[in-house]
Amino acid sequence: MAIRKVCGIETEYGILLRGAGEPNPITASSLLINAYVSRLQRKVGWDFEDETPGRDARGFAREGAMAPEVETHLVNAVLTNGARYYVDHAHPEYSTPECADALELVRYDKAGERTLARSVEAAVELLPVGQDIAVYKNNSDRKGNSYGCHENYLLDRAVPFFRIAQQVMPHFVTRQVFCGAGKVGSEASGSGGAEVPYQLSQRADFFEEEIGLETTLKRPIVNTRDEPHADAQKYRRLHVIVGDANLCEVATYLKLGTTAIVLAMIEDDWFGDRDLSLHAPVAALRRVSYDLSLREPLPMADGTTMTAIEIQWELLDLARKYANEHGLECIGEQVGAEVLRRWEHVLTALEDDPTSLAGQLDWVAKHQLIDAYRERHGLRWSDHKLAALDLQYHDVRPGRSLFARLDTERLVTEESVVAAVTEPPKSTRAYFRGRCLQRWASSVAAANWDSLVFDLGVDPLRRVPMMEPLRGTAAHVDTLLDRCATPSELLEALGSS
Amino acid sequence: MTEREQKRRQTPGRTEEVVEELPAPTKQGEKLKADLDELLDEIDEVLEDNAEEFVRSYIQKGGQ
Repeated sequence: MAIRKVCGIETEYGILLRGAGEPNPITASSLLINAYVSRLQRKVGWDFEDETPGRDARGFAREGAMAPEVETHLVNAVLTNGARYYVDHAHPEYSTPECADALELVRYDKAGERTLARSVEAAVELLPVGQDIAVYKNNSDRKGNSYGCHENYLLDRAVPFFRIAQQVMPHFVTRQVFCGAGKVGSEASGSGGAEVPYQLSQRADFFEEEIGLETTLKRPIVNTRDEPHADAQKYRRLHVIVGDANLCEVATYLKLGTTAIVLAMIEDDWFGDRDLSLHAPVAALRRVSYDLSLREPLPMADGTTMTAIEIQWELLDLARKYANEHGLECIGEQVGAEVLRRWEHVLTALEDDPTSLAGQLDWVAKHQLIDAYRERHGLRWSDHKLAALDLQYHDVRPGRSLFARLDTERLVTEESVVAAVTEPPKSTRAYFRGRCLQRWASSVAAANWDSLVFDLGVDPLRRVPMMEPLRGTAAHVDTLLDRCATPSELLEALGSS
Repeated sequence: MTEREQKRRQTPGRTEEVVEELPAPTKQGEKLKADLDELLDEIDEVLEDNAEEFVRSYIQKGGQ
């Protein structure tokens, strides 16, 4: 039986410091996060002991592959909602707390945007006159530099990695028809902006391999980083680097929900002999992104052709039958049913009239806005103004964001998003992490995804392991936390339980 | 479901029969269009002053 699809999103934001001479993005990112964190009471550092981003799920490291380095000297904070907020590769990065379903994660992804917007406010107060700072939730600077929005899903370690990679690949190549964030032009070598006026995805230009460990060079569609941040005997964490950062809640929801269902089907070996393998996934990823008609036939491994939407219909068909047979408890029954319903709705609308999805999907919303502006002013697709509109769609500052001016569908209330900026989700171990930080930050020496280290003022430091992502929920620990007045009492209670 | 099954099984090259006219724009669609016009009216006030300079200065280090 498929295990619960605990999930999270890490987003690297674009950052722009203006009026400061030669801009240094690392300094700017540090300033941004420090400004936010210093508004909070006390910052708790991240604990790197168990970080092994260079481990490969295939059980080896490819020759010439560069394992990503962990930068320990930069700003790194754990927030009271269980999120991690830090500087990574010269970008501010926000990693949501672990969530138990796609809807909860939409809320925490939005909470991340609000955190970045508040950070900008705080940073601007510290900047000298004449300087300004802006942050963008996108994935490319339009000059060939990309930065990621990674999803993470908990998987059963027993499932062979090869099967995961093979069966999830067609979904990763084609899901961009609804979760692409849209981009004016192309940054891939050999294709000028004139040939690709607008494409579905921010990221498709940057993928060169099918499967691999890299995340910054020769990016693979399926990433093999094997760092479960949980009991490695039982779990793996699928680290998905192929997605775009979304602003539309429906797009984020479908990206997470459909992928979680596809992964559950893989875990339960539901595909059987239904093989949707593409002949050339890397080439197909771009062809899908460049094809606004959504009708491009893609060569399949078996010699036939299918369009991206046909592949998506096949996956939905499998998912429906899977839901009937197994139920969708591992996705959350209610969320699962809603994902299936919306999945069908977007595929139908993409076939009939994609513009009807302008209130739900980023690539459609952005395209409609930019195309209308282009027509009104008689501009060519290569005009700088359209590129500026593209960037500004993703600006996190409420007064500057073009996305914020569009009337897109919300799945979560703004009130619940604001609460999620500081309150942890109740459904995972992030609850224990967040609540301990809310109550006893001064006694928490370090935090990590799978442990909390307490400093009680007497040797030694006490590490509380959290190897089970679904232990430490409100249901598990609320009574315990209420009973304990101090961290010493908590540790004593944990030790004796 | 049945309708959809048929639809997506259609193979390229087969002739299609037009069974009905395209639906008229829905009320929601018209409202979206009106909202968009309104947004376009005010967008220049929000847009970065110098689009070319803004786009050129937006340089990021590659990330993950």
